[in-house]
Amino acid sequence: MPNRSFFWFFLPAGLAMILFIGLPIISTGIQSFYAQHDQILVKVKKCDPFGCKVSVVVDQEATSKIKDEKPLGKFNGFGTYVDRNHLATNQVSEFWGESKSIGEFVSKVGNLPFYKALVFTLTYCVIVTPCVLLLGFIIALSLNAISRKIRGPLIFGTILPMIVTPLVGSLVLFWMIDAEGIIGANLQIMMNDPYLSVKSSKSLTWITIIIYGVWHHSPFAFVVFYAALQTVPQEPLEASIIDGASRFQRVKHIVLPHIYPVVTFVALISLMDNFRVFEPIIGFSAEGSAQSLSWLIYDNLVNEEVILFGSAAATSIMTIIGISIILAPVLIRTWREFRTSR
Amino acid sequence: MDYGLDKKSNSLKTFNTIFIIIWLLIACFPFIWTFWGSFKVRADFFSRADWWYAITAFNTLIETGVRFTTEAYSGAWFEGEFWKASRNTIIVTISVVSISLFLGTLGAYALSRSTKNYAFWILIIALIFRAMPHITLVSGYLFPFFQLQIWGILPTTIVVLVAINQPFTLWLLYSFFKTVPKELDESALIDGCSYFQTFRHIIMPVMWPGVITAGLFSLMLAYNDFTVTALLLNQENHTMVPKIQSYLGTNQHEGNLMWAVSSVVSATAPLFLLVMFFQRQIISGLTAGAVKG
Repeated sequence: MPNRSFFWFFLPAGLAMILFIGLPIISTGIQSFYAQHDQILVKVKKCDPFGCKVSVVVDQEATSKIKDEKPLGKFNGFGTYVDRNHLATNQVSEFWGESKSIGEFVSKVGNLPFYKALVFTLTYCVIVTPCVLLLGFIIALSLNAISRKIRGPLIFGTILPMIVTPLVGSLVLFWMIDAEGIIGANLQIMMNDPYLSVKSSKSLTWITIIIYGVWHHSPFAFVVFYAALQTVPQEPLEASIIDGASRFQRVKHIVLPHIYPVVTFVALISLMDNFRVFEPIIGFSAEGSAQSLSWLIYDNLVNEEVILFGSAAATSIMTIIGISIILAPVLIRTWREFRTSR
Repeated sequence: MDYGLDKKSNSLKTFNTIFIIIWLLIACFPFIWTFWGSFKVRADFFSRADWWYAITAFNTLIETGVRFTTEAYSGAWFEGEFWKASRNTIIVTISVVSISLFLGTLGAYALSRSTKNYAFWILIIALIFRAMPHITLVSGYLFPFFQLQIWGILPTTIVVLVAINQPFTLWLLYSFFKTVPKELDESALIDGCSYFQTFRHIIMPVMWPGVITAGLFSLMLAYNDFTVTALLLNQENHTMVPKIQSYLGTNQHEGNLMWAVSSVVSATAPLFLLVMFFQRQIISGLTAGAVKG
């Protein structure tokens, strides 16, 4: 296709992506260097019959005036990045100096908001992704062995957790495992502990969200693996049966090598999706004990007094850097393939 | 692996069946339970005292006089103004699907027929855009949208969702158009058609299977979105998913949990019906990128 026709065909889609994905990323980058204005304080001298007092009040007029003049806020450079709510460089170096052991240092750093969220996000990614791959593969193998006639409805049932939005999916589970829900209440009776509840313990909350993640993402892995299983060639399998290979050996030596490229694809997509975990935290009302990077951004943006644009933007930029690190190996590989194919 | 040579042992078969049944229970039971519970009163759905109440509708019978009550539904739909939210969802979904298919088919067709380097780079950039967490994009939107005073209204959200959806649509339709033989449009070009005429008369009649799949995914994205709609729409214009969240209540005001339960069911039911009818297309769409490499 000549460049001219390509341009006109691609213009609408390209424009939409540049305006609403490209520019916002740049806008986020710019915002991250600014912070909201300080309130302008004035000293007011108040005199009454008992003497004079000097009190400090906010000068509303001047504050709103400066806000109108510079709506973006004051320039802060990398200030937002290194403050206590983000990389907290000062605190980290302070902890490094005063901590007696590595363990103490790690636990102190882990209590800073950004690192807390980072630890949760990474834990979630690292645990959920392999579990999703494994469970999805087992379901695909097992459904593949079931009679073709009833597979349709079974597949429908299997993909239900994936098609509902994460907020709804996590709510539906939460209502069951809540202290008053069917599973939660029965667990209390079984464990004989009337105070047992998901909300009360940090580790229980983490486990619940991770279980939710596996429940929600496994169907996607299943669908892709199931489709890949349909393309496994039959001849080598038959030959291996004649040679006496066991079921496990067949899966390991023939099926797995065949679907290996698909496994990396699913791993990449789930890793990307898991890194932005956010809605289940709202669904499970788990803000207290589990915070992810995306949730931090959301929390800054729904802040009641002032929307913390700068703070949200700084976290966003660091999240984008995280995503790029995850994506980098794939991009480099694709680029190499592209170069060699030319 | 269904073939003559492979004799399965009975114990393996039983084990397999049991495993599938357990998995299906885990996958589906929460939805069945929520559906059942949405016709009860709160004391039954969240029956701390005895979960059997939820089955026998003990409190529902006392409070309303019947075993199945639609109180939660009428409350949410009328008093809670869920009808408004579902109307907004319909507007958003239909607009997003039609606009993003229009842009997507044109763009993906051009990408699939171009042999230049930049087509490859555009696809790579689209892949990177696809990986961006939506919340980071929203943090970029909010400030400019406030300044331009276009925050809170439906058209803004529609355009944003179309753009967010574009990378995935492009990839999906790109891999679909690759399967349409090039000879088809080349012969039309030789006969003197312009590229646009070729697209209109040769490609459009054969592109519907791909378009339906891409449309389903745009629909699910627009219908299910929480991040964008919750932060870019004002209270009045909320779609269904942020509306459900608002029923949950916050520290400041108490929510109405049974409204949330019934609206979850109302919002999920159309989606399930859709998947039931279009299961094949959805699965082919999910696997398009993966299996073909």
